[in-house]
Amino acid sequence: MANFSTNEFKAGLKIMLDGEPCNILENEYVKPGKGQAFNRVKIRKLISAKVLEKTFRSGESVEGADVMDTELAYLYTDGEFWHFMNNETFEQVAADAKALGDNVKWLVENDVCTITLWNGSPIVVTPPNFVEIEITETDPGLKGDTAGTGGKPATLATGAVVRVPLFVQTGEVIKVDTRNGEYVSRASKA
Amino acid sequence: MQDYGQDELSDVLWRMDISPDNLRRRAAIIAQIRHFFAHRDVLEVDVPVLSQFGVTDPHLSNFVTPFTLGNKVTPLYLQTSPEYGMKRMLASGSGCIYYMGKSFRHEDAGHQHNPEFTMLEWYRIGFDDHALMLEVDALLQGILNTEPADKMTYHEAFLQFADIDINHANKDDLIAALAIDTHYDLSCESIEHILQLIFNLHIEPNIGGSRPCFVYDFPASQAALARLKADEPGYAHRFEVYYKGLELANGYWELTDPKEQAQRFAKDNRYRNKLGLPNTTIDTRLMAALNAGLPDCAGVALGVDRLIMLALGKKHINDVLSFGIDRA
Repeated sequence: MANFSTNEFKAGLKIMLDGEPCNILENEYVKPGKGQAFNRVKIRKLISAKVLEKTFRSGESVEGADVMDTELAYLYTDGEFWHFMNNETFEQVAADAKALGDNVKWLVENDVCTITLWNGSPIVVTPPNFVEIEITETDPGLKGDTAGTGGKPATLATGAVVRVPLFVQTGEVIKVDTRNGEYVSRASKA
Repeated sequence: MQDYGQDELSDVLWRMDISPDNLRRRAAIIAQIRHFFAHRDVLEVDVPVLSQFGVTDPHLSNFVTPFTLGNKVTPLYLQTSPEYGMKRMLASGSGCIYYMGKSFRHEDAGHQHNPEFTMLEWYRIGFDDHALMLEVDALLQGILNTEPADKMTYHEAFLQFADIDINHANKDDLIAALAIDTHYDLSCESIEHILQLIFNLHIEPNIGGSRPCFVYDFPASQAALARLKADEPGYAHRFEVYYKGLELANGYWELTDPKEQAQRFAKDNRYRNKLGLPNTTIDTRLMAALNAGLPDCAGVALGVDRLIMLALGKKHINDVLSFGIDRA
């Protein structure tokens, strides 16, 4: 992989730091009128998801990280791996629990997810912003109580627990925003 | 005719960076600066931006262009500031002078940097650094409508904002006070570099928020072309001005001693060698002028584009330039 000098740093560039692929979030070049130039860089580590600030001497080089995003459809899990497929080439990729992390609870068969590959292996799986999942369990709630305060918890088919309005019942399919885990609406296709 | 792609024809990079309205405000500020100096009997002068000599400062880099005459090729250097030319004028008997025009520095562009920029530099005969700070403040008050500036010494600034007494701190103390994560080993760096980082990261963001702030009496290791303090030889008559996160100006009660100047240039070149940079030929005409006698004076250089950024409330230097380097 190519090396990148600090003057090539910009948001979105993927570099290696402490053996981990990282994404540059912000890069600020600082040059005192008299004095050595340096770069203040805000970085997200892609595996641990830690965000940190690091100072580089201007002109330093760092190794680039072979990181790319691909759009793949979720197929199934065998318990150890989660299998995804490229809908055009039919190429398959298997991600482990570490790559999925908490996002495992948003995986719906055939949904197209963003898989971040490092040296060809999946390190992060990002579900679509909105998913539609069936409610498997929620309290029936009181009939007619539509002015509920804060709703009630509902368990979804994937295991996720989401707060839903009182009028939503077991067996219904709901639309959820995966970025904050919040209920959006009843699903149109339900 | 050159074949242009559709993208090049339809993109917006042909447009100027500054808005037409701000272009007018920029011109008004430039006129105001000229009026300020005319009123004070400081003469506007021009110096060559292309010179046979470059700068020795290890942290500055000239653009160099080959000048070809017949078979002879001479490198010419685009000036990083008009300082050397102006000092030769002062030694020639020019009296108090100012230059407002382009300077060039071969370095990255950024929010506060463009490799080609407008610099205002002026010299006042008979002034010391404190008298010149008063004049800089008057200019800032006139253009930015600011309150009278704050003033503190470099030493006070470190005590107040980094909680460290630099007269009694070693390198480890300074690294601890800096408290940042670096990609390179700080313990191999010079004390000067670590002081600079503390200054940039812990002091600059905390000064000059509501009114400009002068920091003066820089350490002798960062004296550049300022004379040392007679009563405190560890410090120099150098000052800088900060306002709203921008380094605006840098001034000196000028060093006039040619021997000491020659030593500092030689030291710069030794440091350049250490950094693996080529030696800079020392400007013999500047040295001859210092030998002939530079009048006792104070001088300051101020970034005009940054001043205009502050006046117009802009965060990126391109917003006050006709064309930033990407569109040049």
